[in-house]
Amino acid sequence: MSVHLLKSRNVVSHFRSKLGFLAITNQPTCWNTNLNHHFHTCSRSILQNLESPHEFLCENRNSLCFHRWESTMAEKHLNVTEHAMDYPGGKVKFTSDMSFIPGSPEERIHCYRVLDEDGHIISSSNFIEIGKEVAVKMYMHMVTLQVMDTIFYEAQRQGRISFYLTCIGEEAINIASAAALNFEDLVFPQYREPGVLLWRGFTIQEFANQLLGNKADYGKGKQMPIHYGSNKHNYVTISSTVGTQVPQAVGAAYSLKMDGKDACTITYFGDGGSSTADFHAGLNFAAVMEAPVIFFCRNNGWAISTPVADQFRSDGIVSRGQAYGIRSIRVDGHDAVAIYTAVHEARQMAIKEGAPVLIEALTYRAGHHSTSDDSTRYRSAREIEWWRGSQDPVSRFRKYIERKGWWSSEAESDLRANTRKQIAEAVQFAEKTEKPPVAAIFQDVYDVVPSNLREQEKLLRETISRHSKDYPSDVPV
Amino acid sequence: MLMRRIGRSSGASRSCFFISRGGFSTTTATSPDGTTLLPTKTSTPSSSTKSINLFTAINQALHIALESDPRSYVFGEDVGFGGVFRCSTGLADRFGKKRVFNTPLCEQGIVGFGIGLAAMGNRAIAEIQFADYIYPAFDQIVNEAAKFRYRSGNQFNCGGLTIRAPYGAVGHGGHYHSQSPEAFFCHVPGIKVVIPRSPREAKGLLLSCIRDPNPVVFFEPKWLYRLAVEEVPEDDYMLPLSQAEVIREGSDITLVGWGAQLAVMEQACADAEKDGISCELIDLRTLIPWDKETVEASVKKTGRLLISHEAPVTGGFAAEISASLVERCFLRLEAPIARVCGLDTPFPLVFEPFYMPTKNKILDAIKATVNY
Repeated sequence: MSVHLLKSRNVVSHFRSKLGFLAITNQPTCWNTNLNHHFHTCSRSILQNLESPHEFLCENRNSLCFHRWESTMAEKHLNVTEHAMDYPGGKVKFTSDMSFIPGSPEERIHCYRVLDEDGHIISSSNFIEIGKEVAVKMYMHMVTLQVMDTIFYEAQRQGRISFYLTCIGEEAINIASAAALNFEDLVFPQYREPGVLLWRGFTIQEFANQLLGNKADYGKGKQMPIHYGSNKHNYVTISSTVGTQVPQAVGAAYSLKMDGKDACTITYFGDGGSSTADFHAGLNFAAVMEAPVIFFCRNNGWAISTPVADQFRSDGIVSRGQAYGIRSIRVDGHDAVAIYTAVHEARQMAIKEGAPVLIEALTYRAGHHSTSDDSTRYRSAREIEWWRGSQDPVSRFRKYIERKGWWSSEAESDLRANTRKQIAEAVQFAEKTEKPPVAAIFQDVYDVVPSNLREQEKLLRETISRHSKDYPSDVPV
Repeated sequence: MLMRRIGRSSGASRSCFFISRGGFSTTTATSPDGTTLLPTKTSTPSSSTKSINLFTAINQALHIALESDPRSYVFGEDVGFGGVFRCSTGLADRFGKKRVFNTPLCEQGIVGFGIGLAAMGNRAIAEIQFADYIYPAFDQIVNEAAKFRYRSGNQFNCGGLTIRAPYGAVGHGGHYHSQSPEAFFCHVPGIKVVIPRSPREAKGLLLSCIRDPNPVVFFEPKWLYRLAVEEVPEDDYMLPLSQAEVIREGSDITLVGWGAQLAVMEQACADAEKDGISCELIDLRTLIPWDKETVEASVKKTGRLLISHEAPVTGGFAAEISASLVERCFLRLEAPIARVCGLDTPFPLVFEPFYMPTKNKILDAIKATVNY
C-alpha cells in the first residue's frame, strides 16, 4: 500500500476518502518526505489517538492539513492495525504475515446425522419430525427400491435385460431426498437415483418397460436400460455422460426463478461427477446467476474402480461450496431423517433466497458399479459386506419406525413378497410387449422429420424387405 | 437488384459485394418438410428498409426476439455492455440484466445453462465469443442438446436454444480468431447449422433460428460485421431454414457456398462471365439439414459443380455436398466436382492470403472445370 502512495499523489488523493489516514500509519518511513519527520514522531500518537481521530486532526492541523480528510468519521470502525483496499470484487484486508492456507482443514467438515446406526435419534439433534404417513411411505419405497434392484439385477444376469445398475446403500438418499421435495421441483439425475422417480409415482411397470425398451417405454426404446425420464413426473431423462446435467439444472432453476415459481431444481451426481468441468461450471453459474438449485452429491467412495483418493484431495465435495460462494452441508447418506431435513431446509433456502445450496451425502456404493462390473476385483468382499450390513439405510430406518410402532415384521414380509411378485410380473409383461416400430428411429431427431431422414427411412425399408432375417423380429416394421 | 461494394484498404484481396434480390427466395423446390415455399414477409417492396451493417442487423433481430417473447434470454461473455462485436448493444438497457446478462468465462457452462433454460420452454440465445472457443461446449451440444428430444422420446426438448458465434477469417485473426468449425457440427443429427451471407439474410435467418423448435448453431461471418452494408427491412421478418437460395442464375456451372465466401465467389462469377462462362451461384444458408433438391436441380441444369469454403478442405462440408451430388447426378456431370477451400493447416496469420480460397483460385477452378 505504501508503495502505491509513494508513487503517486494522484493515487493518494483518490484513495484518501476511502483510507482515511490509516494508510500511512504503518510505515511512516515510506511516506512522502514532507510529512516524514512528523510521522516518525507522530505515528505512535496517531495510533493512540485514533479513537477520536477528528480531534487529533484538529490539533495537528499543520502537519496534515494539506490532505483533506473527508470521511474519517466513517473510518472509525476499522481496526487500526489493518490496511484494507477495495479491489474489484470487494474489500480485502492486508496482513504482513506471509502464510499459506493449508490444503486441508485440521478437522474434516462434520457430518450431520440424526439417527445412529441402531435407528435411535441422537438426542442433541435438530431435525424435522417426519409424520407416520410419510415415514411409512418412505420406508415402503426404500424396500421397494431394494427389491427392484435385486430382481432387475437378476434379470440382467439371466439375459432378460441387457444392462442394469443398482443403488444399494443409497436407498435413503434416493427416497428421503425425494420425499423432502415438492412434486414440481424439477429433477436432473445422474443415473443412480431411480428412487426419486419411484417416489414420484413412476410404476414398476413403467420401469420395466424402459428396461426392455418396448413400445410403452416413454423413451421409445432409444436408450440403454436405466436411462429413465418422465416429464409428467418432472424427472429429466438420464444421459450416460457424467455431470452434464449439472449446468442444465442451473439454467432450469433460473427459469423457475424468473417465472416466479415456488419450485427449485435438484441435480444429483457422484464423487466422480464432482471432478467434471461441468460440475465446476454449474456451481459457478448457479452462484453468479443466483439460481434456486440444490446440488446433491452422492459421495459413495467409488467411481467404478476409482476410489475417492484417486478422484480428489479436497475434504470431499462439501468443502468446495464456499469456494463458489455457495452454502453447503455434509450429511450422513445412510440416515433418512438427516437427509430429509437437509433437503427440506435446502429447498426453502434455495427458493426463498433464489440461491444454490450444496449437499454432500457420505455413503458407500455397496453394489457393483453396474452389471458390467465386478467390484471384488478392486476392493475386498469383506469391506463391501461390512458397509452393506452395518450401514444399511433401510434397516436403520426400519428400526426407527418399528420403535415408533409404525411397522412390524408381518408388514415387512408382506411388502417384500408382494413387491417381488409385482416386479417379476412386470418384467414378464414388459418382455411380451412389442418394441416400438421402425418409424420411431427417424422421429424426434428434429421436431419434424426432415427430407434426408424420409429418404433414409425409405431406403431402410427396402433393405429390410430384402433381408428381413438381418433384423430383430420383435421390432414392427 | 441492389449491389454495394466495400473495398478494403489493407490490400487483402477481399472486397464485399452484396446482392439482394427483392426478398423472395428464387428456388422453386419444395422445402424439406414437404411444404411449398411461401414468400417471406418482406416480399412487398414497399416495407421500409434501412441501410445497416451485419452486427446492427443481428442486433435488431435480438431486439425483436426479446420483445416478441418475454421468456427469451440473451447471455454469454461480455454481452451485457453490448458484446465485443456490438451485437448485443442496448439489449441489457432495454430488457434488463435478468434477461440479458454476462456469464462467467466458461463455454460449456454457457451452453449447459442454455439447455436448461430451453428445456423449460424459454428461448435461450447463447453467445460464444468466437467460434474458435466453442469446443468446450461440444459435449453439451453433441451429447446433450442434439439428443435431448430424441433420447427422451419427445418428452423433453431444448428447441429454444440458439447458439450464436462469430466465425471465419477477419484478415488478422490467426489460429484462434479465424476458424470455420461448421463441419464438426454438420455431422451431428439433431441440431441445425445456419450461416448467413449478409445483413438482410442474417436478421431473417436468426429470427427463424431463434423461433425454430430445434437447437441451432448460428455462425456469423465476423469479417462482415462492419463491412457488409445492405438495405434491411426494419420490421420483424423470417427467412426459411433448410432452403438454399439461387442468388445468381447461370447455365455452365453451379457454385455452392455460404457466409462470407459467397462475396468472393460472386466476384469470381463476374470475372468468369467476361470470359463467356455463365455461373449459377447458390447460397446454402442452412448446412444441416441442407437443401439437396435445389443444388441437385441446378447441377442437373449445368452439369458442373464447384463448392468453396474457408474451412480446411479435408472433411470439410464441401465433401458431403460433393458426395451427395455424385450420388444424384453422376451421369449428368461433365467434370469432377471441384472444391476450392482452405488449406489443411491451422489458420496462419501472416500467410492468410495464401491459405484462403481466393477469387483467382475459384476462377481457375471454374475454368478448369468448364474446360475439362
